[in-house]
Parts: sequence; structure tokens; C-alpha cells
Amino acid sequence: MKFTLKVWRQPARDKPGRFETHEVSDVSPDTSFLEMLDILNNRLEGESKSPIVFDSDCREGICGACSIVINGRAHGDGEGTTTCQLYMRNFKDGETLVLEPFRARAFPVLKDLVVDRSAFDRIIQAGGYVSVNTGAPQDANALPVPKVNADLAMDAAQCIGCGACVAACKNASAMLFVGAKVSHLALLPQGAVERERRVLSMIEQMEAEGFGNCTNEYECEAQCPKQISVSNIARLNREFYRAKARE
Amino acid sequence: MILDSKIPDGPLEEKWDRHRFNLKLVNPANKRKHRVIVVGTGLAGASAAASLGELGYDVLSFCFQDSARRAHSIAAQGGINAAKNYRNDGDSVFRLFYDTVKGGDYRSREANVHRLAAVSVNIIDQCVAQGVPFAREYGGLLDNRSFGGAQVSRTFYARGQTGQQLLLGAYGALMRQVHAKKVKLYTRHEMLDLVVIDGKARGIITRDLVTGALERWIADAVCLATGGYGNVFFLSTNAKNCNVTAAYRAYRRGAYFANPCFTQIHPTCIPVSGDHQSKLTLMSESLRNDGRVWVPKNKGDQRSPRDVPESERDYYLERRYPSFGNLVPRDVASRNAKAQCDEGKGVGPGGYGVYLDFSDAIERDSLATIQAKYGNLFDMYEEITGENAYHVPMRIYPAVHYTMGGLWVDYNLMGTIPGLFVLGEANFSDHGANRLGASALMQGLADGYFILPYTIGGYIASQSGLGGQTTQHEAFAEAESAVRERAEKLLSVNGKRTVDSFHRQLGKLMWEYCGMSRTRGGLEHLLKEIPGLRAEFWENVTVQGSPGEFNQCLERAGRVADFLEFAELMATDALSREESCGGHFREEHQTEDGEAKRDDENFCHVSAWAFKGVGVTPELHKEPLTFENVKLTQRSYK
Ligand SMILES: Cc1cc2nc3c(=O)[nH]c(=O)nc-3n(C[C@H](O)[C@H](O)[C@H](O)COP(=O)(O)OP(=O)(O)OC[C@H]3O[C@@H](n4cnc5c(N)ncnc54)[C@H](O)[C@@H]3O)c2cc1C
Ligand code: FES
Repeated sequence: MKFTLKVWRQPARDKPGRFETHEVSDVSPDTSFLEMLDILNNRLEGESKSPIVFDSDCREGICGACSIVINGRAHGDGEGTTTCQLYMRNFKDGETLVLEPFRARAFPVLKDLVVDRSAFDRIIQAGGYVSVNTGAPQDANALPVPKVNADLAMDAAQCIGCGACVAACKNASAMLFVGAKVSHLALLPQGAVERERRVLSMIEQMEAEGFGNCTNEYECEAQCPKQISVSNIARLNREFYRAKARE
Repeated sequence: MILDSKIPDGPLEEKWDRHRFNLKLVNPANKRKHRVIVVGTGLAGASAAASLGELGYDVLSFCFQDSARRAHSIAAQGGINAAKNYRNDGDSVFRLFYDTVKGGDYRSREANVHRLAAVSVNIIDQCVAQGVPFAREYGGLLDNRSFGGAQVSRTFYARGQTGQQLLLGAYGALMRQVHAKKVKLYTRHEMLDLVVIDGKARGIITRDLVTGALERWIADAVCLATGGYGNVFFLSTNAKNCNVTAAYRAYRRGAYFANPCFTQIHPTCIPVSGDHQSKLTLMSESLRNDGRVWVPKNKGDQRSPRDVPESERDYYLERRYPSFGNLVPRDVASRNAKAQCDEGKGVGPGGYGVYLDFSDAIERDSLATIQAKYGNLFDMYEEITGENAYHVPMRIYPAVHYTMGGLWVDYNLMGTIPGLFVLGEANFSDHGANRLGASALMQGLADGYFILPYTIGGYIASQSGLGGQTTQHEAFAEAESAVRERAEKLLSVNGKRTVDSFHRQLGKLMWEYCGMSRTRGGLEHLLKEIPGLRAEFWENVTVQGSPGEFNQCLERAGRVADFLEFAELMATDALSREESCGGHFREEHQTEDGEAKRDDENFCHVSAWAFKGVGVTPELHKEPLTFENVKLTQRSYK
């Protein structure tokens, strides 16, 4: 197969960027999208040109490192997949592909297709955990959790923190990311003690990082590789007003 | 040097308790004056850094990913073992201990393994308290499954994402300490050297991967939780960026490397499909609970699997191992698959694959049941291969997955350099020559939550602090300039071949001669090939860009350069171990029916290697292994 790539190249954080065009050919349909970029990068290196910088690690859809906007969609067109889980057989031979970083005010570009997502870490630092020290908590089975709640909590906890929700949103809102963590812990008895404090501080940090507001476009759910439901945003709002009311 | 494993006296069950009592304590008010460096934020590193922060130490934590949450542990699918005996099916701490020692083919330390089994129960309690959403039953209690050949159900899991959920638990604990300013976190920082002052580990040199800046860090102790080295084979199930650099640099600075040839090949991975491939994908081992492994009885049978009648299928694992069947340990399952393919009975493109067939399970339990259990795995398989495994059997083949070898540590998890602690997959301690499924997550968290926080206190309390040393010490200057010169050298070769092409070639050599089965001749050949390849690398590699920028090409080049040295150490170890045990199979040493044949008389020891120079044969030190609670037997899964 053969493709034309228009790739965002930007040498560093505060430097201007531009699109650069590359042709790749002889790509086998079984090649993954990132392997196709590996092939291109190897060619560039062989020609003493600088390879395209992009994040990836696990290459199986779980670490959340890979983060490319392909033809205007975060992680491309596939449903419930990350960039690393795309295979070239899913694209049309001869297609032109536009590759951009996950753009957002809170995600500054570091180089080419790599952005700084440390804002997400800071939101978690603000309270996205249960405050227990390592030690000898009670026996794990002393605290039964209804299976329905455990399953719902797991649905939310699956978030891989890639930032596609932010990249997909015209407001660059992080509500789905925050909602997923708040829901995971609000649904479990372990999270109950810090329930109010958690949602208030995480929202405060989210705002301080410069993420936008949610205006119910639902693009986040549509482009989320783990298909995390927007019902988590609704739960986040409920949790927020509940906590405010008790403040 | 005599290797002192520092195993405490007393009966097996009491060793850890007694030892904890005997360890010196650091005064709580003084803990903040002691700094600890933890490299790695996987299960081992994140749990250690968080626990040390809670205790009050001044902790610095490093990882090369952009977030601590992305460490390779995130990818573990199957589950984590613990001897809770919630199923009432006969499990106990002693049974988990026994299974682990036996599964490791009697090449691990009894005392370490027993401690691991004992603290396994605390891990589950800890994780549940953090809100890890483990699978539950309708009654609200935790669910378990049997995993990787265990005959009891002791594996806890969170769908197919156990590693992710455990890591997010540990990451949350770490983030809490960052928020509390007890831990300072440096992401996108790669450790490129260990600094040793007066024989003690005192710090590290890192490169900021965004700016390229080299930085010096000093501490009372340095902990490496930097994961395994499976990527020496290029193709493995490990994340793309896993590498041996941190451990290898420590080895070059004097830490002994133990049993480097003990690597685990996982039997259920998606077969290699072509030269473009950058990594291999694991299909969770839990699939073997319901799938049946077979190949056609006739060599070169090209028919579609559905057209091969029952009578012409060989369910070779069930035939050869009637009592364990498809659930034999990983090394046995892997070798058998290779043997079938080497005989010409392999299936799929290239003939390196065997079938894993679910049709009987679907008939027995219904399609819906199988979908509920393994749906995400079947989807993943289809995504990668384009085939629907509900209709045609999956094709699987073994792939490199885990490395049991690692830096040598004593019972305190301290290496041969005082003040250097090693945890998780990066150390060698608990799995012997073969690791049981769902035991790596257990070991990483045991090391980080429940072992290191005690033992490091014993070390720090016995020392007199930094004694005025700073990063201005000449050892720091020397290490930093070595790192700088190496990067400059890599960038100045200006050759013709890419870093990846060297890595692939090395990987192929390692897989061929130091993979699933090994021979004297093959290893000797390998030991001749590696130095040549390494020399070519330093003459003909091309590395673009400059050292002072975000430069992934330079990152990869440094890692591959270390793999090119480390590979020789692995081959040397494999050659010197004239026996077969666990994942190390030497064709010269097998029983009549092709099983691994140990030589307990001559090889019941840990091989710990000391660096003597690049291209110079390392020096072998042996730590004898004694077994007082388990009788050494030929492993039998018949
Ligand atoms: C696909 C897959 C599935 C698995 N499934 C299971 C399972 O079901 N059950 C089970 O028990 N085990 C499983 N394992 C094994 C298990 O996941 C690993 O052994 C374990 O997670 C390793 O944890 P760790 O903390 O030691 O290291 P890792 O999680 O590998 O973390 C290493 C850390 O070190 C950092 N690091 C490394 N080098 C440097 C450096 N030079 N400078 C700075 N930072 C550095 C990295 O950034 C990272 O944070 C699986 C493994 C794979 C590959
Ligand atoms: S590389 Fe890990 S999710 Fe894509």
C-alpha cells in the first residue's frame, strides 16, 4: 500500500511549526500505523534527516502514550482504539493522512507530535486517589462491594489518561478524564470518606490548568479509545453540586 | 567476593518476622533528612516511592515515560496471585511458596519465596483499600480464577487489565505523596549512569529527554525498579521502550548480574507476521483454561483448520501431559509448540504457529459465556490478525515475555554495591529459572510496598548519612562526562545503518541461539557474532540530531548500545550453565522424553557475574542454593 503523509513538524515548545509531506510506499496491510511511522523514520534516518518524534510505548492500547490526531480525529477513525491499535488495512490505499499532535492550551507541544500532558498528573495529584498508607488495612473481603457497582467503577477506571477527550473537544475540556476518576472512586465504598473533597479539588485543579468547559458535544466519548461514557460527566456534575451544597 | 545472601536464621515461617525485628530503625524525625532515589514508576517503583514518602523519607522518583502511570506494568493482563484461600480449595502460604519454588525449577531462594508468598495476602488488602476495582461475585466478595497452570484458584483480576488497575492504585498513592511534597517526581528523565562513591551507591546521572540536559542527583540510597530486559530480543511482548540500561550501567559500576540467561518465553502470543513488526502481542494465558492446543498430525497439512477431522488432530499437550494438559507451565508449553513447528507441523504463514481452539468450550459453555470471559482478547486478536477466533481457531506462538534474571540482591534486596537496592523485574530474586503466571505483579508490589520500606531503613540506620558529600564530588563529574562523551560519540559516527536495523539483527541472533532452546555450538557462534555486530554499530550507525534536544533517535541508540554489550553476558551465562532448568533449555541436557534435565549436583546455584570490561569474559561468582523445606524433584506435569 501507498500513503501520503502530511505531518506536523515543530522543533520545540515555543518554536513555530509547519506541515511536512512524506510519501510511504510498499506498506503491508498488516503493518500497524506506528510501524508505518517507524518505517518512515528509519528511511529518514538513513537519509540523514531528522525522524518524526511521537510518543508510544506499550503499542497495545493500554499505556496511553500514543497520541496522534489523524485526519482531524484523535487516534484516527477506529472505534474504541488508540493510535497504536490502528492497522494500515483499515486505511484506503493511496490515501492522504494528516498527522497532528493532541492540541489544547493545557497540552503544549514539546516537539512534532509530542505534547506535554502533565496537567493530567496534577489533576490526579489534587485528589484522584484514596488516602490510605501502606500498612495493614482490613481483610480485602471485609468490605463487600455489589458487583454492579464494582463493574461500573471498573468501566470508569479503564481510562488510560491519553488525553484524546481533550483533543477531541472543541473547548479542550477535560471533563471526561476527571469524570472517569471521580466516578471510579465515588462508586466504591473506599472512596466515600473523601468524596466531597476529592471532586472539589480535582475540578479546581482542572480549571487552573486551563481546560475548557463542557458544552455537551460528546465528541470525547466518541473519540475515547476506551469508550468511557459521558454519563461519567453527568456523575461528575452531580458529585460537584452535591459537594458544593455540603460545603 | 563471597556472596552473602543474608538469609536470617530460624524456621522458614519466622525468618521475615525475626528479621524485621532485628533491623535497625530510622528515627521518624530523622527520616526526612535521608534522601532516597527510586528509578522506575512501575508496580515496584511506584509502590516503593509512595511507601517511602509515607514513611517520611525525602524521595526522588524518575521514569522515562511522560507520566508515571505509563510504566510497562500497565500492560499486564491476567492477574495477581495471593494465598488468600478465599476459594477454600486448599491454598495456603506454604502451597504458594511450594508452587513457586517448584515452578522456578529449584533455582530460587526458599527464604525469599516464602516471604513473597506470606506478604501476598497483604497486597490484596492494600490494593482493595486503595479502591482497585477487582472482579467481584454477586455476593460482593472478590472473585478468583485459576491461572497459568495453578491447581488452585488464587488469582485476583480486574477484567483483562489487572496490571493497569494495580498500577493506577500505586500511581495514585505516588501522586498523593507528590502532592504532599514528600516525593519529587521527574518524568521524561532517563537514568544513564550510577554514581558510586567510596564503594557505595550515592546517586545517578539523568538526561532530561525534552531538553537533553544532564543532571546529577545525590542520595543516601539508590533503588532501581527499572523492569526487565526482554527487548534484547527486539521482538518481545514488552513495551517498546523497555531496556536494560539502568541495570546494565549499575553492572558496569560493580553490581553483579545474576542468571541473565533465565528468560521466559510465553506460549500464547500472536505469531510474527512480517519484517515490519515492532513488537509482539501477548494473548492472556487465561485462554488456556478453555482453549485446546493442537496441530495437524500430518506434516505440511495446508487444509483450513475446520477441514481437519478430529482423528487427524494432535492435541499434543493433552496427549503428553494427561494431568495438566493445556495448563502445563509456560516453558513446557512453549518448548512443545516449538518442537511441533520444527517438525513441520506448524500452521499459518511461515509455519510458526499452533492452534488454540475454542470450539469445544463454546459448545460446552455457550458462545455468550466465552464472549463474556474473553471478549476483549478475541477482539484484540481480530484487530491484529483480521481473523475471527470464534469461527477459526486462534494461531499462537511463543514469544519473549519476562526476564527472571536481573541484578543480584540479598535478602534485603540490596545488590553487591552497598546502598543499591533493586526491586521488581529488575532483580533476580524470586522466580528461579521460570516464573509462574500472575506472580510478577505480586513480586513487584511485595518488593515495593512490604519489603524495601523495611530493609532500606536497616541500611540507612546503619550508615552515617552523606557526610557532607555533594554532587560536586569527582565521581559525579566523572560519570557525567562519561555520559556526555558517549552521546557525542554516538552522534558523530555518521554511518549508514539505522539503530533499529542493528537492534533487529541482534534480536534475531539472540532468538536463534539464545532463545527457547540453546546449544553449546550455537552459543559459541553467538559469542563470536555479537562483538562483530557491536563493532559495526560503533563504526556504521547513524544517529540524527544533537544531544541538547528532544532526540528519540539518541535515546534508542544508547539503549541498543547497552543491549549489544549485555547480549554477550546473557550468552556467556547460558553457555556456562551446563544443564536445562525452567526457561533455560540446553539441548544437550534433556531427558529421554525431551524434558529439561537439571544437574543439581553442579548447578544448584545462582550465577552472579561481575563486569571486567567490554568484550572481556565476566567473572563468575556462585551463590549456592540450599533447600530445606522442599524436596528437589524432577518437575513432572504428566
Ligand atoms: C504483556 C504483558 C503481560 C503481563 N501480564 C502479567 C500478569 O498478568 N501477571 C503478572 O504477574 N505479570 C505479568 N507480566 C509481567 C509484569 O507485568 C512485569 O514483570 C512487571 O509489571 C514489571 O514491573 P516493574 O515495576 O518491575 O517494572 P516496569 O513496570 O517495567 O517499570 C519500569 C519502570 O522503570 C523506568 N525505567 C527503566 N529504565 C529507566 C531508566 N534508565 N531511567 C529512568 N527510568 C527508567 C520506566 O520508566 C518504568 O517506569 C506481564 C508482562 C507483559 C509484557
Ligand atoms: S502506545 Fe500504549 S496506548 Fe498506544
